[in-house]
Amino acid sequence: MQRPEPWNAARASEIIAGLSGLEGATLPILHALQDAFGHVPDAAVPLVADALALSRAEVHGCLTFYHDFRRAPAGRHVVKICRAEACQSVGGEQAAADLLSRLGIDWHGTTADGALTVEPVYCLGLCACGPAALVDGVPVGRADADAVLATIEEHAP
Amino acid sequence: MTRIFVPKDAAALALGADRVARALADAAARLGHVIEIVRTGSRGAVWLEPLVEVETAAGRVAYGPVAPRDVAGLLEAGLLDGGAHALRLGNPDGIPWLARQQRLTFARCGVVDPLSLADYRANGGLAGLEKAIALAPADMVEAVKASGLRGRGGAGFPTGIKWNTVRTASADRKYVVCNADEGDSGTFADRILIEGDPFTLIEGMAIAGLAVGATKGFIYLRSEYPHAFATLNEAIRVAEQAGILGDDVMGSGKTFRLEARLGAGAYICGEETALLESLEGKRGVVRAKPPIPALQGLFGRPTLVNNVLSFAAVPWILAHGAKAYADYGMGRSRGTMPVQLAGNVARGGLVELAFGVTLRQIVEDFGGGTRSSRPIRAVQVGGPLGAYFPATMLDLPLDYEALAAAKGMLGHGGIVVFDDTVDMAAQARFAFDFCAVESCGKCTPCRIGAVRGRETMDRVIAGESPAAHLALVEDLCELMTDGSLCAMGGLTPLPVLSAIRHFPEDFGRGGSLPAAAE
Repeated sequence: MQRPEPWNAARASEIIAGLSGLEGATLPILHALQDAFGHVPDAAVPLVADALALSRAEVHGCLTFYHDFRRAPAGRHVVKICRAEACQSVGGEQAAADLLSRLGIDWHGTTADGALTVEPVYCLGLCACGPAALVDGVPVGRADADAVLATIEEHAP
Repeated sequence: MTRIFVPKDAAALALGADRVARALADAAARLGHVIEIVRTGSRGAVWLEPLVEVETAAGRVAYGPVAPRDVAGLLEAGLLDGGAHALRLGNPDGIPWLARQQRLTFARCGVVDPLSLADYRANGGLAGLEKAIALAPADMVEAVKASGLRGRGGAGFPTGIKWNTVRTASADRKYVVCNADEGDSGTFADRILIEGDPFTLIEGMAIAGLAVGATKGFIYLRSEYPHAFATLNEAIRVAEQAGILGDDVMGSGKTFRLEARLGAGAYICGEETALLESLEGKRGVVRAKPPIPALQGLFGRPTLVNNVLSFAAVPWILAHGAKAYADYGMGRSRGTMPVQLAGNVARGGLVELAFGVTLRQIVEDFGGGTRSSRPIRAVQVGGPLGAYFPATMLDLPLDYEALAAAKGMLGHGGIVVFDDTVDMAAQARFAFDFCAVESCGKCTPCRIGAVRGRETMDRVIAGESPAAHLALVEDLCELMTDGSLCAMGGLTPLPVLSAIRHFPEDFGRGGSLPAAAE
């Protein structure tokens, strides 16, 4: 997984300027900022608002509405685990509970060493090979705690 | 040189397809075989993934499911010539699970290189758009109407009627929007199509643009599908370079451009008005209707919003004729439905069949029962807002009206199988919980009802006066059904009430609780 850049307002403005011509540019901009910096810090909100002629409240509202956007950095690895029905039917909740207890964290939590964040997701479209997880963007089917941790090892930089 | 086909569909990747492709490349290099590995989409037989196919003099030969450790043995057994091996499945088109399907929309998936226009054309692609260009817009719409196609996203609204509303609306510009926010658990047909045959969606949207007079289209794809997003963007680029999209769509003199946009993890954005708000750069909050999006949609302009599978059915309809499509199906459900068989099922994946097939044929004949080998107890049809049916109701036909009559819905065609370890009270609680997490918050019945429903179900599960609390849940469900602004709050009662109705023994009413608990 690519390391996020440290926050840099000039770099953020550059990203925003590159996308602000799109129709309805807010989501593409927030995604691009998160891709670059790993999260969308509060300092980005006025920059987006100015570029799109929106109020800060509108940008803040958008940023906080969507589950994807993070206002604080995540761990170095992000594991998204499906909690929806198809994965429930094959023991997904138990597999997730095992992983969380081994890591000593709860949903949305990050391990103390900052290595790993676990987030819930409602469906990855891998419903015929659940339980499903997305580990730094790598899909894992018939997943259990071991498979998730092994995938992190395999793809570790 | 031998061509070997290895899927790069996300489900195949989740089951190790990349590792298999690497193992094949390494082993072939070591043994001095010259091979070309073509990364296809998936044929949809997820239970056979990674499904590897080899091009031989006698046609393609399939092997699966292949693990990286199988590769050496496969090459030793003469994989490159279609040699015998325990994993050999023969001609992929002859695999009974696939051969018994009626593949119209998904005919090319898993067969072609998803980004090769030459493959697409060689397998019947662009015939629909070519035919459409020769027609007047009203005649294109007429073909879609006559096919009987209904919205595959869930609502089942007649597609041709919607197209006509947008076509006859007058405005300075119009939009075509594809709802690819496939959020229902147990569904993945949109994903498989976009990863395996994206040009079919692009062709369908281009036809729609010409038919309704729109010059710009958006595909709103959920962010949980990063692989589909990458394939789609590349396919759009290829289609632009080839003149299928742009200022002169295949020499028609008409303009149509496409842009793929990523959602941001909000289930509600699968609701069409919330999706439009999101595309406009706002919170994904549902709009009141009317006005309908066909008249005032994206940026206030007439907007055709259809699901991926609706657009993807259109090229076949134009190419083969409306009647040929309408000849499939039953009653008012015409054509084929790509069913997605998921959850605790032995042979899960994508099953495209004409409407009218029963749930039992899909779950038992195709699915082969549960993966856990335990008895089937429940199936949820139509995603998280769909009903739970007991095993005794599996003879229901797959048909919009028949499922509605059974107080369920077809939705986007997902079927999730549960074995006898499922706790239906927990599933009913989850339905409220999911609604509480994903509600956009605009209307009170959904925003508050979901939370109160979850709390009340907690009391039922804890054995606190279950009968009285279930009466409250049923009352709340009636209010949510009647008073919610959209299907999120309005249909959450479906899984809840169906679970209570069909599985009363899980809700403390079956006499399993001591009388004192009442």
